[in-house]
Amino acid sequence: MNAKTQAIRLGVDRGVREFRHSMGSSDQWYNVFTGLAALTVLWFQRDSSVEGSDLSLAAFTLPSMLGMGMVFGALVGPAGQLSTNREDGTLLRAKAVPHGMVGYLVGRTVQTSLDSLSGLLVVLVPGLFLVNVLANAGVDGVLGLIAVLALGMASMLPWGAVAGSITKSPGGAMGITMLPMMGLIAISGIFYPITAMPGWLQGVAQVFPVYWAGHGARAALLPDSAAAAELGGSWRILEMVGVLGVWAVVGFLLAPTILRRMARRESGAEMEQRRQAALQRVR
Amino acid sequence: MVIEVRDLRMRYGTTDVLHGVDFTAGPGEVVALLGPNGAGKTTTIEILEGFRLPSDGHVRVLGVDPATGDEAWRARLGVVLQSWRDHGRWKVRELLHHLGRYYTSYSTSHQPRPFDTDELIETVGLTEHAHKKISSLSGGQRRRLDVAIGIVGKPDLLFLDEPTAGFDPHARRDFHDLVHRLSDLEGMTILLTTHDLAEAEKLADRILVLAGGRIIADGSPEQLSRQVEGKSEVRWTHDGSRHVHTADDATAFVRDLFRQHATGISELEVRRSTLEDTYMALVQRHESGQTSEEEVALR
Repeated sequence: MNAKTQAIRLGVDRGVREFRHSMGSSDQWYNVFTGLAALTVLWFQRDSSVEGSDLSLAAFTLPSMLGMGMVFGALVGPAGQLSTNREDGTLLRAKAVPHGMVGYLVGRTVQTSLDSLSGLLVVLVPGLFLVNVLANAGVDGVLGLIAVLALGMASMLPWGAVAGSITKSPGGAMGITMLPMMGLIAISGIFYPITAMPGWLQGVAQVFPVYWAGHGARAALLPDSAAAAELGGSWRILEMVGVLGVWAVVGFLLAPTILRRMARRESGAEMEQRRQAALQRVR
Repeated sequence: MVIEVRDLRMRYGTTDVLHGVDFTAGPGEVVALLGPNGAGKTTTIEILEGFRLPSDGHVRVLGVDPATGDEAWRARLGVVLQSWRDHGRWKVRELLHHLGRYYTSYSTSHQPRPFDTDELIETVGLTEHAHKKISSLSGGQRRRLDVAIGIVGKPDLLFLDEPTAGFDPHARRDFHDLVHRLSDLEGMTILLTTHDLAEAEKLADRILVLAGGRIIADGSPEQLSRQVEGKSEVRWTHDGSRHVHTADDATAFVRDLFRQHATGISELEVRRSTLEDTYMALVQRHESGQTSEEEVALR
């Protein structure tokens, strides 16, 4: 078999294995926590109504959380993993093996996809007991949701890789991904309608993927009447595809160069330096 | 030649780390790169591995410039670095088997690749830990796994950077046996770095002493010892004051000493200098910035 094809297959194998390792580890407390938090939010919102709609606020929030969770995971997950893997030597190991980098990147992508999927189910499944948004969505709705989530993931995944490449430590990678994400989530109409925000903040939110992933997920699952509560009072599918698409295209154009440069610079001495820095950090 | 290095230079910013390193290594040779911390051992080995671009110089590894080495070239190298803590959640056998499969495409009838996973685990003495999580291994076990991963693709050339750092004496002995077996049975060329002279002496066919960014001595352990043989240190007390002298021929020197002072000599000591003394002297002289006449003499 061709060495590169073999490396891609091994990458898939790596992704599945690492996902399985993660399933049996303390990582899952994070999922338990998000699941409970989401459920709590939905519980308190189940009877709140949204202006101009006969749906509960919870019915808006559940799809929004799915979209938001996807872009969040696609940015923060790879950034954290990449920077950790640079520090612990996984990346250098990949570099020392023929076509190891191909295997590594495929593995990371597969694992991020599986992680996102499990994170999605953790929110969706308990959420459905409170607000059954899937009941009226139909097959079209579910397919639409999958398309939106896939696009949302593509819009942020390369940026996660870039963040993991340009930062010096896992802490740094978390800083430049987590903090902006938190801010965006707060202004992007995920937990309450964006119409409650001042106009300039609405403008800022609409430049970034969080708002559009939430918007797209709502468009896929909610009845058309719910569009009345959106900005402009309609589902803006083209705009959503446009903004998420631009982020994805620019990201995928930029990421390979930055990844390559980072990988080329990776060496044992660099790793040892980072290790020493990590050991010196006051805990 | 498996490794060819001519006038290798490396500069970080305005600091020169390597100023003109020259050496070669032939097929099946075990070469130790010996030197104090910060001498440039790791930099040299990383340039050969293709992980770092040199500032200047001619480098060929398996006939290829590491800067342009492709994946087929990489498949013929084994790399063991100093500090690896990766894949903590994988099990020993799982990871070794997984990484070995990257080499199946490079297998030839002449050189089947990779090693059989279970055989290799036995070779490095990890059989009873094969199904343990890597994060639960001790430092020495972890290191042996690193070596196993380094050789899983049956490399023609193996790089070992400080392979026994943190080993207890027993693990060190086992490791030395392993290196001998690899070079004898598999015909692997091995380049290892160490700052432990005894280790270099035990393992290597040839020792290169790297200090201050230059190779200051190059030869077999025997050759290096012979360079210093005869040099002895003579200490004595004469009329209450202590004297030390390094002599080429200690016997003649002492005979002379007694001829000059028939009485009054006491506490006479004659000590043959060891390879370690030479090494320390070499490195010290070099670090204090003295000229290179002696290095030339040593070569």
